[in-house]
Amino acid sequence: MEKKNQYTPLSKVLTCFFIVLSLVWLVPVFEVLMNSFKLNTFVNLEPFALPNAESFAGFANYIKGMTFGNYPFLKAALYSLVITVLSVALILLFCSMSAWYIARVNSLASRTFYYLCLFSMIVPFQMVMFTLTFTADQLKLNTPFSIPIVYLGFGAGLAIFMFLGFIKSLPHEIEEAAAIDGCGAIRTFFLVVMPMLKPTVISVGILELMWVWNDYLLPYLVLDRTKFQTIPIVVQYLKGSYGTVDLGATMAIIMLSITPVIILYILCQKHIIKGVAAGAVKG
Amino acid sequence: MKAKTSVNLVQRPIRRCAPLFILPTFLAFVIGFVWPFLQGIYLSFCKFNTPKDAVWDGISNYTKAFTDPGFRNAFWNTAGFAVVSIILINVAAFLIAYALTQKLRGANLFRTVFFMPNLIGGVVLGYIWSLIFDGILKNYGTYLTANGTYGFWGLVILVAWQQIGYMMIIYIAGIQAIPQDMLEAAKIDGATGRQTLFQVVIPNVMPAITTCTFLTLTNSFKMFDQNLALTGGLPSVIQDGAKVNITELLALNIYSTYNINKNYHGVAQAKAVIFFLLVAVLAIAQQAATRRKEVEQ
Repeated sequence: MEKKNQYTPLSKVLTCFFIVLSLVWLVPVFEVLMNSFKLNTFVNLEPFALPNAESFAGFANYIKGMTFGNYPFLKAALYSLVITVLSVALILLFCSMSAWYIARVNSLASRTFYYLCLFSMIVPFQMVMFTLTFTADQLKLNTPFSIPIVYLGFGAGLAIFMFLGFIKSLPHEIEEAAAIDGCGAIRTFFLVVMPMLKPTVISVGILELMWVWNDYLLPYLVLDRTKFQTIPIVVQYLKGSYGTVDLGATMAIIMLSITPVIILYILCQKHIIKGVAAGAVKG
Repeated sequence: MKAKTSVNLVQRPIRRCAPLFILPTFLAFVIGFVWPFLQGIYLSFCKFNTPKDAVWDGISNYTKAFTDPGFRNAFWNTAGFAVVSIILINVAAFLIAYALTQKLRGANLFRTVFFMPNLIGGVVLGYIWSLIFDGILKNYGTYLTANGTYGFWGLVILVAWQQIGYMMIIYIAGIQAIPQDMLEAAKIDGATGRQTLFQVVIPNVMPAITTCTFLTLTNSFKMFDQNLALTGGLPSVIQDGAKVNITELLALNIYSTYNINKNYHGVAQAKAVIFFLLVAVLAIAQQAATRRKEVEQ
């Protein structure tokens, strides 16, 4: 009874307003979903009409989307996944280790590295993108299995910064106790420090995941595109061929590329929102 | 003495493992950042196709960059775009956050929906919105890249749709951190809703406002994917003998300059250095402003 009364008339009006606004917010996604079930000509002709008996294409667009454009979608999705998983794993492992080293060893080298990391955070990608392309090419970092090293290098700044902020708040005593009990640095880090870092690992992981998965320009420039493409590269290619490609199938590809992300979001919403808030306050 | 022993207790074993702990990240950092950065500064003073054939050329790249009407156009576009999106996104995000932190049925669901666009990549967003804008403009016999004004406001709408949810999350965190007793005290003292908002809530979320303002500012300056995928800088006109892409922002201008032909590689790199200095100044201003706020508290 009590609970019901806490909603004032104003809050009911606001709820109605937000219901409408939320629906408006979902229109772009709904637009893609709807058009992914329409035949090519109808996507162009009546982009806002619901599919009807005449324009309905069923799942044909999705089937066509699989072997479509200049590059198979599933292959691009696989490479996107490989790059994202490897890059995020590398960043989480090595940046947390480096951050711990920087936090605990007070030497000129570690301070210098830290300031370089801070500095890298304010450098836009455009500043290094041309030269990075040449370097990556020379070092053969142009495959999905080696490009994570580039991501580790360019993403190290933010990750080390966030890890370090958290490690500084950890008490020394726990690590000292571990040392006295005979733990070496490696065991202390992985058995004692790492478990305490878990919340930051999740935050950093989510921020890096959103970055790498959606990144267009870095893989576009660095990867050997004759062999390897990612989802954003395929989508941008299809956008560039507007008018010459099947729009229905393109919509199906876009739908396929955003569905996993949205499902992941719904499942781990709490962590994602927390990660974003943590990253923003510090960044 | 004791403190020193205990520090050494932890420090010494870590130092011994330095190659393992610090070297992998450091090497990747040199490959992915330090070396390209230094080489980028050097090449901005060179004529080059690839770094191997670079020839020193003095400041001529910078002269060309500053006299390029396309670059100036991109700068003013970016500045205008930044101002409009900072105001629009922050006002909307704050109002939504404020409403959603009141007792409101479905607040969590709304929050979920508003944040959702952030998970979709810029290229995909650009494609989706170009389809929507073209679909609407078709009814008026025109299209998105027919007119620079459409492209500009189209990008504003796209970015607002994407970033309002992000900033909203930060504002919600800021509002929820306001001590509850402070709000109760305001209520007991008979503050109106308006007074509570302006004299209790807003002063208390100032750190969040600073964060979000500068995030939207730097985001606007670094905007690339959405710009590329929505209009690609089109339409273009010839001005002072050079091609100017009307809806191009700075980051895209650097990219398209590089792709004109190999004689423009140096100019593009010089523009990139100017761009870096601009973004760096903004970021340092943010740090200074944030620090001042922290001192005040």
